[in-house]
Amino acid sequence: MRGGEALIKSLKDQGVDVVFGYPGGQVLPLYDMIYDSDLKHILVRHEQCAAHAADGYARASGKVGVCIATSGPGATNLVTGIATAYMDSSPIVAIAGQVPSWLIGNDAFQEVDTIGMTMPITKHNFQPLLAEEIPETVKSSFYIAGTGRPGPVVIDLTKDAQEHELEFEENIKIDLPGYKPTLKGHPLQIKKAVSLIQSAKKPVILAGGGVISSSSSEELSKLAEIIEAPVTTTLLGKGSFPEDHELALGMLGMHGRKPANFAVDDCDCLIAVGCRFSDRTTGKIDEFAKNAKIIHIDIDPAEIGKNVDVDIPIVGDARIILSNLVKALSKSRVRASGEWANHLKKFKMSTVPRTSFDDIPLKPQQVIKEIMAAVDEDTIMTTDVGQNQMWMAHYFLSKKPRTFLSSGGLGTMGFGFPAAMGAKVAMPENDVVAVCGDGGFLMVSQDLATIKEYDIPVVVCVLDNRYLGMVAQWQNLFYEKRFSHTHLGEVPDFVKLAEAFGVNAERVERPGEMRETLQNAINSGEPTLIDVIIDPEEILPMVPPGRRLTEMVGEYKVEAMEGVIYPEEDERSGD
Amino acid sequence: MDEQRTHIISALVLHKPGVLQRVAGLFTRRGFNIESITVGTSEQKGVARMTIIAKGDEKILEQITKQLNKLIEVIKVRDLEPENTVKRELCLIKVHSPTEKVRSEVIQYINIFRGRVIDVSPETLTVEITGKSDKIDALIDLVKAFGIKEIARTGPTAMSRGIKTI
Repeated sequence: MRGGEALIKSLKDQGVDVVFGYPGGQVLPLYDMIYDSDLKHILVRHEQCAAHAADGYARASGKVGVCIATSGPGATNLVTGIATAYMDSSPIVAIAGQVPSWLIGNDAFQEVDTIGMTMPITKHNFQPLLAEEIPETVKSSFYIAGTGRPGPVVIDLTKDAQEHELEFEENIKIDLPGYKPTLKGHPLQIKKAVSLIQSAKKPVILAGGGVISSSSSEELSKLAEIIEAPVTTTLLGKGSFPEDHELALGMLGMHGRKPANFAVDDCDCLIAVGCRFSDRTTGKIDEFAKNAKIIHIDIDPAEIGKNVDVDIPIVGDARIILSNLVKALSKSRVRASGEWANHLKKFKMSTVPRTSFDDIPLKPQQVIKEIMAAVDEDTIMTTDVGQNQMWMAHYFLSKKPRTFLSSGGLGTMGFGFPAAMGAKVAMPENDVVAVCGDGGFLMVSQDLATIKEYDIPVVVCVLDNRYLGMVAQWQNLFYEKRFSHTHLGEVPDFVKLAEAFGVNAERVERPGEMRETLQNAINSGEPTLIDVIIDPEEILPMVPPGRRLTEMVGEYKVEAMEGVIYPEEDERSGD
Repeated sequence: MDEQRTHIISALVLHKPGVLQRVAGLFTRRGFNIESITVGTSEQKGVARMTIIAKGDEKILEQITKQLNKLIEVIKVRDLEPENTVKRELCLIKVHSPTEKVRSEVIQYINIFRGRVIDVSPETLTVEITGKSDKIDALIDLVKAFGIKEIARTGPTAMSRGIKTI
């Protein structure tokens, strides 16, 4: 068997049934062998989309996503997608071709130091120089990518290693003496956490992406209900706790919900699970949860104490630790404080953002509301980066884990559409809808060809305001309204663009149209683009960078709710 | 803010190409201050021992240790206690010594410092000295007056005193 065949066989042994890729000179031998294999390969139209699609595949399914590119420019195009996966702890294995081993270092045609380049943005990377090393490398790569804190792994594969013959050894054993993730939390730490939680009067749970990757949503909900603790999430934690639950506070941070930001500021015990305290989540770090004792549960010991000093660190798998906590706390039957939960419920009800508008051009709030009405709770929503993302984070209520996919840490424009493509391939039974801005979508629009060619029925909603909205918002708020290069002009016509690729397209301009158009698009079972003409509008309130979570600027209109007693005027958000 | 201190970090790593780059790259990327790094084979086959001298407060040290531990090729990391650690550095010094008088003076100093002459030319003496970094600094200071042509230092390597190992 040759190296390339060994790679394909090894991938299949790992349960891989589909890869996203783009061929080129230094992966020609591999592609020649893919030609004869039954490995499903999806040809993307840009390598960056291959990496994002593999990432979307991984986030939607919990499995490891795989992408392939050639050396040099192929590998460099993967880099953005790999870095995105790294920042958001998404398990992908990226395979890059490399020049033949005897040419390495000679600045050969399309040579680049892929290992050096991806070292800081991968959990690990490998360069098997011999064909015999391939099976072990693949097995190790999947093990590293998918266990512990998930993350991307790169395999930099020389052309000769793909071609050389080897004896394929079955049941190969991998040996990684330096890699042993801690799964069980330390019993003493858990005990300490239990007694802290028991004595807390105002507990809050902060759920991050780790809750989703460790599949511990159920345990998290149980914990929240036992101790009556309100739950806020990070951007990546969206969906880890049903956002229509009465204890849900919505997202925390720079673009967080007001009750969430105030609750964390005010709480006396913060139970942070699977999150890394990004600056977008914490606001001014010295003032973050100032009155609280902090319990931090994370599988990565290096995350503990990195940004925020914590009182009780517990290293391990969130599912195991949360179920330990649930067990211990159900026995003790100590409820935190009904008063606290009630106070926040009221706060939350009085700050429900208004989403009903009849304006033309459409208000983004209205659009998100109609999107939410058009989809079911199993629909996988992806977002791009910018205002579209924050409107979705703010107004769209996610109810299940792995149904809200967004580029958090790296903030990668161009993520939403290819991630949706990957998610749909992973979860064909679920509807998949991408919500993008016009700026981000244009960065990856060539892959309309892919969804058409392979009939991947995702619906792409382009929130079209002809602005790089989030950048313009910052210019408005922090750069004296000097809108330097954030207006995109009037081109292109997104409907015609989609049609040029053979993809169905609709334009939405009036209130009420979005819901019906999206429902029809989903029901059509065909890839569709919806160009939604929206008003350039800001996403407010927001916490300016480096400010305390409660120092929010701007307000949104609140929904008038029946039976809600509004708090004091100064606490009330409104016009 | 905690006190800044110089730390001696000993790490066992897989002896593979690229490991030094991985470790050094980590320091750069995370903004840690690295003073020196030495690496060589250890008592175990396929495993190298690294000695890293880094400056920082306790919080930074904790991060350095944890981030190093995250590297797949790093097997073990320990911050050695300075009082229970033996630490040595090797230094080669090429001293300008054109006359008999200078030569004998240099040799005298070297003897006091328990160094050795390892190369002689009509114009120069090359000496080796091992020891604590401050002892090496002291000798360099002494012979500076004669004119130093070249210095090559390894940076400290270290291990725990007594039976303790990592």
